[in-house]
Amino acid sequence: MKTMELRLTINGSERTWTIAPGDLLLDVLRREGYFGVKRGCERGECGACAVLLDGKPINSCLMFAAQVEGRQIVTIEGLAHEGRLDPLQEAFLDHGAVQCGFCTPGMVVSAKALLDRHPDPSEDQVREVLAGHFCRCTGYKKPVEAVLAAAAAGRKPAVEVLP
Amino acid sequence: MSEHAVVGQNLRKVDGVKLVTGGAAFTDDIHLPGMLIGKILPSPHAHARIRRIDTAKARALAGVHAVLTYRDVPRVPHTTAGQAWPEPSPYDTYLLDSKVRFVGDRVAAVAAESRAIAERALKLIEVDYDVLPAVLDMEQAMAPGAAVIHDEPDSTKIYDRERNIAGYILREIGNVEEGFRAADYILEREFRTQRQQHAMLEPHISIAWLDADGRLVIRSSTQVPYHCRRQVAMILQLPVSRVHVIKPRIGGGFGGKQEMLLEDITGALALAARRPVKIEYTREEEFYMARSRHPQILRMKMGARRDGTVTASQLTVLATTGAYGSHSTTVQGNTGSKVLPLYRTANMRFECHVVYTNMPVAGAFRGYGCPQGFFAQETVVDEIAAELGIDPLEFHRRNVIRLGDVDRLSAQLGEGKEGLPRVVRSCGLPVCMERAAEAIGWPEKRTSLPSRDGVKPRGVGMACTMQGSGIAGVDWASAFLKMNEDGSFYLQVGASDVGAGADTVLSQIAAEALGVTLDKIVITSGDTDITPFDVGAYASSTTIISGGAVKKAAEKVRAQVLQVAGKMLDAPVERLECGNNEIFTTGAERKSVSMTAVALQAMYKEKMQIMDGASHFNTDSPPPFCATFAEVEVDTETGQVQVLHLATAVDPGTAINPMQAEGQVEGAVTQGLGYALTEELVLDDGGRPVNANFLDYKIFGAKDMPKLTTILVETDEPLGPFGAKSISEVPINGPAPAIANAIFHAVGVRIRKLPIRPADVLEALRAAKAAPANMTEEVLVTR
Repeated sequence: MKTMELRLTINGSERTWTIAPGDLLLDVLRREGYFGVKRGCERGECGACAVLLDGKPINSCLMFAAQVEGRQIVTIEGLAHEGRLDPLQEAFLDHGAVQCGFCTPGMVVSAKALLDRHPDPSEDQVREVLAGHFCRCTGYKKPVEAVLAAAAAGRKPAVEVLP
Repeated sequence: MSEHAVVGQNLRKVDGVKLVTGGAAFTDDIHLPGMLIGKILPSPHAHARIRRIDTAKARALAGVHAVLTYRDVPRVPHTTAGQAWPEPSPYDTYLLDSKVRFVGDRVAAVAAESRAIAERALKLIEVDYDVLPAVLDMEQAMAPGAAVIHDEPDSTKIYDRERNIAGYILREIGNVEEGFRAADYILEREFRTQRQQHAMLEPHISIAWLDADGRLVIRSSTQVPYHCRRQVAMILQLPVSRVHVIKPRIGGGFGGKQEMLLEDITGALALAARRPVKIEYTREEEFYMARSRHPQILRMKMGARRDGTVTASQLTVLATTGAYGSHSTTVQGNTGSKVLPLYRTANMRFECHVVYTNMPVAGAFRGYGCPQGFFAQETVVDEIAAELGIDPLEFHRRNVIRLGDVDRLSAQLGEGKEGLPRVVRSCGLPVCMERAAEAIGWPEKRTSLPSRDGVKPRGVGMACTMQGSGIAGVDWASAFLKMNEDGSFYLQVGASDVGAGADTVLSQIAAEALGVTLDKIVITSGDTDITPFDVGAYASSTTIISGGAVKKAAEKVRAQVLQVAGKMLDAPVERLECGNNEIFTTGAERKSVSMTAVALQAMYKEKMQIMDGASHFNTDSPPPFCATFAEVEVDTETGQVQVLHLATAVDPGTAINPMQAEGQVEGAVTQGLGYALTEELVLDDGGRPVNANFLDYKIFGAKDMPKLTTILVETDEPLGPFGAKSISEVPINGPAPAIANAIFHAVGVRIRKLPIRPADVLEALRAAKAAPANMTEEVLVTR
């Protein structure tokens, strides 16, 4: 099988991985142990595989790994910093926004991208972002509350992801 | 406010941190050396015999390690329903068979070194089919001349295979004919409900391998690890002791994983290949090769006196279980036994045929037969109330089940056999009704609305529902606790947290009973080697049944702790209390000793492991109650129904963790909104799914949601740990009828088919306009 080298920055660390040209980013991330990136539909419909690409949420099931050459990826594993959870993660726990937790990583990274750009979002803005993430457990009420609470707390995100 | 230190508190999920940080917690989050990918070849035909199947080319493909057809595996009739032995569902399913009975049925399975190779191997399997006439309409299934779907000689527990009847139920209490004679009004209506999919975010997935001792290990996304172990052992003809099922974190189940669905075939492939094998359904496969809610056609008949007193109710149901009878009689039994007794009439009759069709298989789904029944019953009640000129809320006040009532229909209709009478020992339903009504603005909106002029009239509607808390006399659970030398406790439960928070609730119960903080409980759940037995996560049983076992075990362990502490404090155990991680004397002079000191004393001085276990079951199934109120806006030009506000009040007994309990309500009503308005797996005329993806099968997203109001009306249930009943299922029953009733209030038309599609609303509006005199339709029988 033909292989190639992929260089990228993931959660702040530079890495070089051997991939096949047709490998999906989702498959490569999971193969490399980023299990927080979930496989929910492989069609870009559910948002469970979301990661941040140069600070913007994308569905990793819709991209070839080769497309992220030289770029920055942040996964859910990159949000906690030195053993401290990101304020969004804290808020998700405190507000009961996590049930099965399968959609949680996608929701949290997308919400992080939102708060990085709009530290004081409206509920509509939060819902707009979470609309990209299906959740079958919560009814979205507590996740929306959690994102708004994290924003209201005005706490600075632990990791800077914007260049 | 709770009088307890841990129970009743909004504490974080004990497994929360690993979930918010993306920890490797789910079935798929492991890499095993040499793991193969398994794939199943689905039938392209709704009904066919395999005349010839040739796997030579697939086997010859490099990287393929196993190919299985019906010729390669034991033929053991079984049910995939994850139910207590002996399962009441028909034994009509085979690991692989020479006949296929729906589009998506298993034809063959392969295990290969990659998904791409496995998919190529499937294409290399040559199959000649004798295509058979298919039954694709449940109303035709019993007709003379209909194709017989289960004509194999060795399946068992099928009610009438010649007529495709998987199960039949007829129960009556009192005398409905007399009851209807006593009525001033009798109304009978027909309702139709659809095939709803669980759509849990994590599809079904199993990984199987042989451990160093040659035992078959199955790591699986299941709600029922113990039932899976028993069933897989039977199907693969292994001793139970040679099978080990592990349930890691689960990405949602909702009943869809109360089913031994992939464990058997994954295990068979692992045994054949002698390598680890993983099978994970794709999203498309999940939609049509997994399970669904049973579609039903219901005829609901109810009689009432002029003052609104219900005198008799009768529900006649035709349901289809699809190609296999998983959960067929039990789900449909619930449609009668948990629905009709909401009303206090002494005369009830329930009759149901569950038929086979060549369609995707139905199974357990949150609500378990109740959403269909309550849609029919609560819509008929609303219509009768309208006919009698009684406010629906008042009609409910007069008629619904009360504290101290005995539900005798449940005694007739248990889990596939006679059940046990249900006694209402706690009932918050009256308060639920009043508080949810207040939240929606009931009296004002009922009188001031609707302004049926204008393009988008609004209306409000309501429904009352109930459920159970475990299956009386069937569900049981056990728990084991041991003390660690730092004063913490290790809790082992067979209970299966599938995402609803059972591990947290059970840990809270243990902590409360032991007098420690939640961080002192370390829990392992759902591992057949490590944890004691539990039937699994279904029937709203975990909090009350598994929680009951945990409380009993904790009380036994607490007694051991007090024994040791008594000696250390030189005090009689009767004068000792546990709390906040210490044991202290009551009375004037307070002496105390820490849990840690007790643990060290027990382990290193007394040479004793403080530990104990307990089992628990109930002979009754206390009903949680729910009142659902909806406000809708109906676009009379497009037929679009917009739910503006959904207020749900639930009586769960004591809410062990109110924040989690609210989450159960909000999640349930969101699935209920989809059931009411958008969700249906549609099949074409060949039984093939046409919308097996999230784009075309519409579940509610964050922007689609109405305002949700969640109200917990706590009561104290004598049979539950710390007064708890259940909460996860009951709220799903209310949205469909509450919305249908609100639509009637808004625009004066009755919709009796789910999902309520804009086209159906428009059609109903058009029909009403054509015949305005019939706007509310005639009551069938008026005395």
